[in-house]
Amino acid sequence: MTNTETVNHFSWTIGGPQGTGVDSSAILFVRACALAGLYCYGKREYESTIKGGHSYTNVRVSETFINSHVDPIHLFTAYEKTAPLVHAPAITPGGALIYDPKVTDPAQLGLQNGVSAIAIPYDELLNELAAELNQPLAKVMIMKNTLAVGASLAMVKFDPQYVEAALKGIFTDRKAALVPMNMRAVEKGYEAIEKLGVAANFPYRLEARPDNPERLVMSGTSAVALGKVKAGCKFQTYYPITPASDESVYLESIAAEFGMNVVQCEDEIASACMAVGAALTGVRAATSTSCPGFGLMAEGIGWASMNEVPVVIVDYQRGTPATGLPTRHEQADLLFTAFISHGTPQRIVVAPGTMAEYFEDAFNAFNYAEQYQMPVLMLTDKCLANNTMTIHPFDESKLVINRGKLVSDEELARLSQQPEYQGVFKRYAFSEDGVSPRSFVGQEHGIHWNAGDEHSEIGHIWEDPENRIKMMQKRQKKLETALKGIPQDKQFKLYGPENAECTVVVWGSTLGPLLDALPILNSDGLSVNVLQLRLMVPFPVDGVSQILNRAKIKVGFEMNNTGQLAKLIRMETGIAMDHMILKYTGRPVSETEAVAAVRDVMKQQVKEVVLHYGY
Amino acid sequence: MATNVQNKPLTARDYKSDLLSDWCPGCGDFGIVAALQGALAELQIPQHRVAVVGGVGCSSKSPHLMQTYGIHTLHGRPVPFALGVALANPDLTVVVTGGDGDGYGIGSGHFMNAGRRNVDMTYLVYNNEVYGLTKGQASPTLAYGQQTKSLPVPNVQERVDPLSLAICSGYTFVARSYAYNKKHLTETIKRAIQHPGMAIVDILQPCPTYNDLHTKEWYDQSIGVGATQTPRVYDIEAEGYCGKVNNPKDAAEWERKEIAALTKIRTPEDRIAVGVYWEVIKPTFMERLYPLNPQLKERAVCLAPLADNAGKPLANLGNVYEEFRVS
Ligand SMILES: Cc1ncc(C[n+]2csc(CCOP(=O)(O)OP(=O)(O)O)c2C)c(N)n1
Ligand code: SF4
Repeated sequence: MTNTETVNHFSWTIGGPQGTGVDSSAILFVRACALAGLYCYGKREYESTIKGGHSYTNVRVSETFINSHVDPIHLFTAYEKTAPLVHAPAITPGGALIYDPKVTDPAQLGLQNGVSAIAIPYDELLNELAAELNQPLAKVMIMKNTLAVGASLAMVKFDPQYVEAALKGIFTDRKAALVPMNMRAVEKGYEAIEKLGVAANFPYRLEARPDNPERLVMSGTSAVALGKVKAGCKFQTYYPITPASDESVYLESIAAEFGMNVVQCEDEIASACMAVGAALTGVRAATSTSCPGFGLMAEGIGWASMNEVPVVIVDYQRGTPATGLPTRHEQADLLFTAFISHGTPQRIVVAPGTMAEYFEDAFNAFNYAEQYQMPVLMLTDKCLANNTMTIHPFDESKLVINRGKLVSDEELARLSQQPEYQGVFKRYAFSEDGVSPRSFVGQEHGIHWNAGDEHSEIGHIWEDPENRIKMMQKRQKKLETALKGIPQDKQFKLYGPENAECTVVVWGSTLGPLLDALPILNSDGLSVNVLQLRLMVPFPVDGVSQILNRAKIKVGFEMNNTGQLAKLIRMETGIAMDHMILKYTGRPVSETEAVAAVRDVMKQQVKEVVLHYGY
Repeated sequence: MATNVQNKPLTARDYKSDLLSDWCPGCGDFGIVAALQGALAELQIPQHRVAVVGGVGCSSKSPHLMQTYGIHTLHGRPVPFALGVALANPDLTVVVTGGDGDGYGIGSGHFMNAGRRNVDMTYLVYNNEVYGLTKGQASPTLAYGQQTKSLPVPNVQERVDPLSLAICSGYTFVARSYAYNKKHLTETIKRAIQHPGMAIVDILQPCPTYNDLHTKEWYDQSIGVGATQTPRVYDIEAEGYCGKVNNPKDAAEWERKEIAALTKIRTPEDRIAVGVYWEVIKPTFMERLYPLNPQLKERAVCLAPLADNAGKPLANLGNVYEEFRVS
């Protein structure tokens, strides 16, 4: 062991054509690390093709919980030709490239000085493996990536018992027979590295940690799905779109256990309308989509606002406009979501920033929807949606279901005995807080009407000017009620020293890299804190103004090209950002880039920085 | 379909709301709503177990005239709204009332896909060949070359045939009726509601304000001369046609009846045929789901309890966490 060895801080990338197992390699790696008590943040990138496009996953490993990736790659593992062409220059000095000598000439890659290139004779090893396992070569070929994972873990002197345990967790039940085969492929990778004797000089090591609290390895779409299930959502609609449909497909796979109905629709117009129709019967209903599909939902969302229907709609933001960058990351739907649908319909907009918040906000969204009787729109993004992360189990201890103002069958029966009862229920009765008791379609004595047109308290179309004012005010009032009712820690959060000189304002998954950058910046002589906005509509004007007014330097940090949150903050509070850091290459920002960018704007006083890094 | 358990039988009046309609005098829509009320009364379905869902248009205002749950939605979208209601509470009687523009124009994607699902509900399309509420433009059922009152030039687009489209899309009950033949219309709507699956009734509906070609008078005329005179609108079933597949397991019968229905619909004639063209029993959407998801059969999703008395969620994620757990 050299004295410069780095233990349990490691950045590994595996890349290759889509459909060759990049994803499953990364999952195996992450699960093995998690079993050894380590944390991973796995950033996934892929093209909008099914087979052959360039894809890779970068896994950052740490002893403590991490929220972002870093730019330097310590080890890049390739098992075909194209991936190293793109990524080789990012391998940091002291790091290494694992490659297939049959297709790659490391001299052509522009490797930095001090990067070792390690040739793994994949074909030879796979032929040996086929002979050993007494299997045809074709059957063994698909384990090329597994072999590559073995070689990678051998480089960091990782205990292979955790890999075997990880394989057992991945191949369960009917697939359990695949464990020994795959483990043999892993061992082949280990043996190859051993034979070359290159691991000893590689200055990175992953060591198991004795304390091993319970962990989950998960992606954002599953976190949202589980939040919905926990909330008792029993009706989900969708139309296929990347990256949103993973959520619905997963829900469909577990629907029977929870008695949930998941319906694939003909388009997102139908998805929205069907979910709203279902919600009228009292079921907790939801739909999920991504930018283009969200556009199609606009009219249905307006109708739900007008008829005060609780429904939850998740938008997984990706690269825009139009189909934009279909498989890439962006946060450019904030203003669209805040204003979606013509006129000024009411909606709540939440934008969780971590996996735990994805789960929690998905759960809370149904409470908000029913308490304030309006659509709740949840903004997520491709970065967390597709990442593979090690997280702690979600905290379910404080979760309580709140269905808002419902009217029971008994109450309706009682009302029907009153002399003034005319066979109808005042579903939109005026009230102090704007929220009226709700009867479900099908409930006896609860008959009322719904109309997209302006309507009376029983729901008939009514264009009376005075009623119009009262109804508009009633519905708008509910947003005030919501702002008072939604706990402040679910609205926004300040991280770092309270009275820092500089406040960086973020939302969504951009919180992650800033959380990781924060201690680095502050130990670097700067005084920085991070303000995360999580509730966008209704906007927490007072709390956010207070924090921003304290900061000498205000920096907006967003993954879009115009600074949409900064614009919203200015509109709501009158406070402008001094600097903007923007990234819209479709690639999420890293801790490395975040540290440098904040340092640069503070030191050099640049107004706007556009970030470029990553492929 | 629930039935009335109260002592007093329900009459058509009981399904009438207090609202006065704002339709033009003589509009065919009146007859359709009256027939729907009559059909519900014959079936004795309690008012609160009925959801009438409209799109946007003159016809789509029908839900407001019904003393049932009334859902007046968006132009072209009543079908997905209604599917949401029907799937979340399959015990309800769900009836869609919408225009031909609403259903066969802007909503055509939903119209087609509803057939594939065969959800148990009834779709009444008020077919007046025009967009009434926007002042008489051509709807998808107006024939090429025809020029109704508001058209500045004759129609250059061809018309669609909703009945054959419905059969080809998988609707399991396909009928046509006429707004002013109250008896036939009431009976047809009743059969459509009773039919377990996706039923459509395309209803010829005079629009006296904008369709000056096909008026009530025109529909009521007799055609031919002397002894060959017959009413313009005639009932195919009264002439012996039967579109019902008696044994859906008999593929040959199914094919024969389907071809006969399509042939009947597509054969041009001077007279106008009404009646049930196609009727077959096929598993409904929910019936297809039950074996995959048995809890859905036990109770409607809208009735599932969500929390215990303290508000703690009942959903237990214990099993599903397994897939993600790594310790
Ligand atoms: C998205 C949208 N586009 C256009 C309209 C305007 N619009 C209202 S009713 C209508 C046509 C109604 O025609 P039809 O569905 O045939 O019903 P009818 O009025 O003839 O009963 C149109 C185009 C609308 N309300 N919404
Ligand atoms: S415009 Fe035509 S369809 Fe509309 S109410 Fe008048 S007559 Fe009826």
